[in-house]
Amino acid sequence: MGPTRARLDAQRWHFQHGPIDLVLEAIGADAARAAAYEQAWRRFATVLDELVAELPALRGEVAGATDLRGAVARRMVAACLPYRELFVTPMAAVAGAVAEEILGALVGDGEVTKAYVNNGGDIALHLGVGESFRIGLVADVDRATRHGHRIAVDGTFEVAYALPVRGVATSGWRGRSWSLGIADSVTVLAATAAAADAAATMVANAVNVDHPAIRRRPAVEVDDNTDLGRLPVTVDVGSLPEDAVATALANGARRAAELFARGLVWGAVIVLQSRVRVVGGVAAAARLH
Amino acid sequence: MTTHADPLSEPPGEDALQAQPGKIVCNACPVLCQISAGRAGACDRYANVQGALARVDPLLLMARTLDGQGAVVPFAGGAPWDGSVAAQARVFVTGVGAGTTYPDYKPAPFIVSSVQTDVDMVTVVTEGIFSYCSFKVKIDTDRYLGPERAPVRCQGEVVGHVTTMEYGSQMLSIGGVHHLTGGSKKEGRVTCELMLALGNRQPVEMQIEGGTQLVVQAGHAPVINGVEEKRMRVGCGSATIGIFAQQWQGHVDEVVVVDDHITGVLSEHQAGRFLDMRPGGIKVIGRKSTPGRYFQVANPGLGWGGTDITDPLKIIKSIDRREAWPGERILMVSTTGEDYAYFVLDERLCMVPAEIPAPVMKVVERIGENCEPALCTVLFLGGAGGSLRAGVTENPIALTRSIKGLLTRVTCGGAPAYIWPGGGIMVMADVTRMPQDAFGWVPTPAIVAPIEFTLRRSDYAALGGHMDRVRPLADILAHERHRVVGWDAANPWPFDGPDARTP
Repeated sequence: MGPTRARLDAQRWHFQHGPIDLVLEAIGADAARAAAYEQAWRRFATVLDELVAELPALRGEVAGATDLRGAVARRMVAACLPYRELFVTPMAAVAGAVAEEILGALVGDGEVTKAYVNNGGDIALHLGVGESFRIGLVADVDRATRHGHRIAVDGTFEVAYALPVRGVATSGWRGRSWSLGIADSVTVLAATAAAADAAATMVANAVNVDHPAIRRRPAVEVDDNTDLGRLPVTVDVGSLPEDAVATALANGARRAAELFARGLVWGAVIVLQSRVRVVGGVAAAARLH
Repeated sequence: MTTHADPLSEPPGEDALQAQPGKIVCNACPVLCQISAGRAGACDRYANVQGALARVDPLLLMARTLDGQGAVVPFAGGAPWDGSVAAQARVFVTGVGAGTTYPDYKPAPFIVSSVQTDVDMVTVVTEGIFSYCSFKVKIDTDRYLGPERAPVRCQGEVVGHVTTMEYGSQMLSIGGVHHLTGGSKKEGRVTCELMLALGNRQPVEMQIEGGTQLVVQAGHAPVINGVEEKRMRVGCGSATIGIFAQQWQGHVDEVVVVDDHITGVLSEHQAGRFLDMRPGGIKVIGRKSTPGRYFQVANPGLGWGGTDITDPLKIIKSIDRREAWPGERILMVSTTGEDYAYFVLDERLCMVPAEIPAPVMKVVERIGENCEPALCTVLFLGGAGGSLRAGVTENPIALTRSIKGLLTRVTCGGAPAYIWPGGGIMVMADVTRMPQDAFGWVPTPAIVAPIEFTLRRSDYAALGGHMDRVRPLADILAHERHRVVGWDAANPWPFDGPDARTP
């Protein structure tokens, strides 16, 4: 089956191909928006095939992923390279990289004043001068998306033109990708969607502690197509005592602070069992309930 | 994850990739995921269901078979949907998995048109988010579960209360806006989780303050303090006397039916008098209501007939020496026939246990036979009269009037909904007539329930419906992820009424 698209409402489009689900919105004059959606759709047509063509390399460690040709693949590698000391494959940034690539096509020559491409929570943003986006934060992905219902938002960020943020991504053990950590959610704001995606994965992996209420299994045993091999991924997190939650949050916050210091992220919000830690520049922009 | 084989999906192509042992290759997209049994591919849209590739689809359609037996049959010969009127007439789009729109003034997620017996019909399909909702639970038992108005707790949180005792059943009210959003955060969360489980027909454990511990599951017997209830009483003690008096006559001289509400004494009772029975002189304790009918012979409890009695002689106050006689045969029995004892008066007019004669035992067994199985039944009660209506029409009062005027039929996941009279659109539906896992929730916390409004296309236009958003059923089938289950033949087909104007 090839790529499909459907109009969600007067403003938004939904593009889907295989595992890629994008929600796109461009704001501007009608003609500019119509042209933008066509450009994005044309670019979207081949994205999945390009990725599949280089899938084996993209599922291997990032240090070995040289010589890739696809534009999205190269965005993925660039976003993951800063973490090559740790175990990471370019797949850690696939969602953000696809969003970023399609956003590039959507915005094109800059006729739209603002736009976004949301790839399952990994969001690429375009802001014209003076524009801003308000972005909702969902702490518990599993609960919020169960049954596909309307999602209640736990907090909001204001991403204004002046902020060095054009990408937002969320990771956690309940989400669609496997995590080595136990965070309910780690939301990262970074310069690009691919950078945010990779960083959210790396911070979420660091939100960790040893406790009998946490169940882990080798990735290959729970996912047929995983890039994580036999690494233990989190499959269930029971109720944790206060001190375990505090330790795991501190571990995650330390990783986030390192990334902030290296300029890889602008901020992060870490949620674990109703406790929240905010790191970096987010605090000023966030309104958490 | 639940998966459902989709009769509309195409068989895998001939050139399917060679899969690893135990896995199948999904050829739905170029990723070509290899999927083990019970797992889904990277997209979460396709899964390996017992070795076959199946779609994992959220929007639930119900298909009626021509014979109405409820089994799902693929559309003609397994061929994809042909869009024919004949095929349309068999499909109902439910709100399960439909999602909802927000803000409320946006049209409902699916407004579906189909042709039913030559009439253009529209079904507005949505999932309502109900803060104002509760489950009314009927527990068939005589046993004393706890005092009326007592809080019902789950994980220590108050999630509802004990309401009235009805005929043979104790009623509970579970959930409601005060517990969902009016109390602590934990109270809201626990209430929401319990309500979700109750609505989705899972067993839930509850504790009645000052009473019993209960396990309740819709359509199953209640479990009270770890003991499964088997029978619903045939009637109160007086009713039991009334039903069986004639069958006892000649085989026994006195019958006492022990019941927490009204204990009956046959020879004093109107039924015994009518049969010209000789007064037996057996006096029970309690407060006399009318002849042969006694209130409060014991405390409520888990013993005979919902009392705390395990030794029936404890309710005998006296034996009137002017009326009783040596050799008098006395049966004491509960309202379910589960507990019984047979006595004969000796020379001193003492009640001496004796072997129960076969003809008397037969009537005791008949009491049991006439008891229905004890069940828990769970009705969802939710108010849809608010902003949800704006997803149906720009003029919400028109929807309310259309429902009250019986032009619009309301269903919950296809199950018939009773509309409470008076203001608003307060719907009540039996969760066992809804599809499995029909309820969802949002962290507000609130319960998400499917709701469908079905009416004639012309009536929909007249009430200010979102006509520009009406989509043909064939379009939904072609473009929306969905799954199909069999229509519950016990439910009225929503297109058959209440609009009686169809020829």
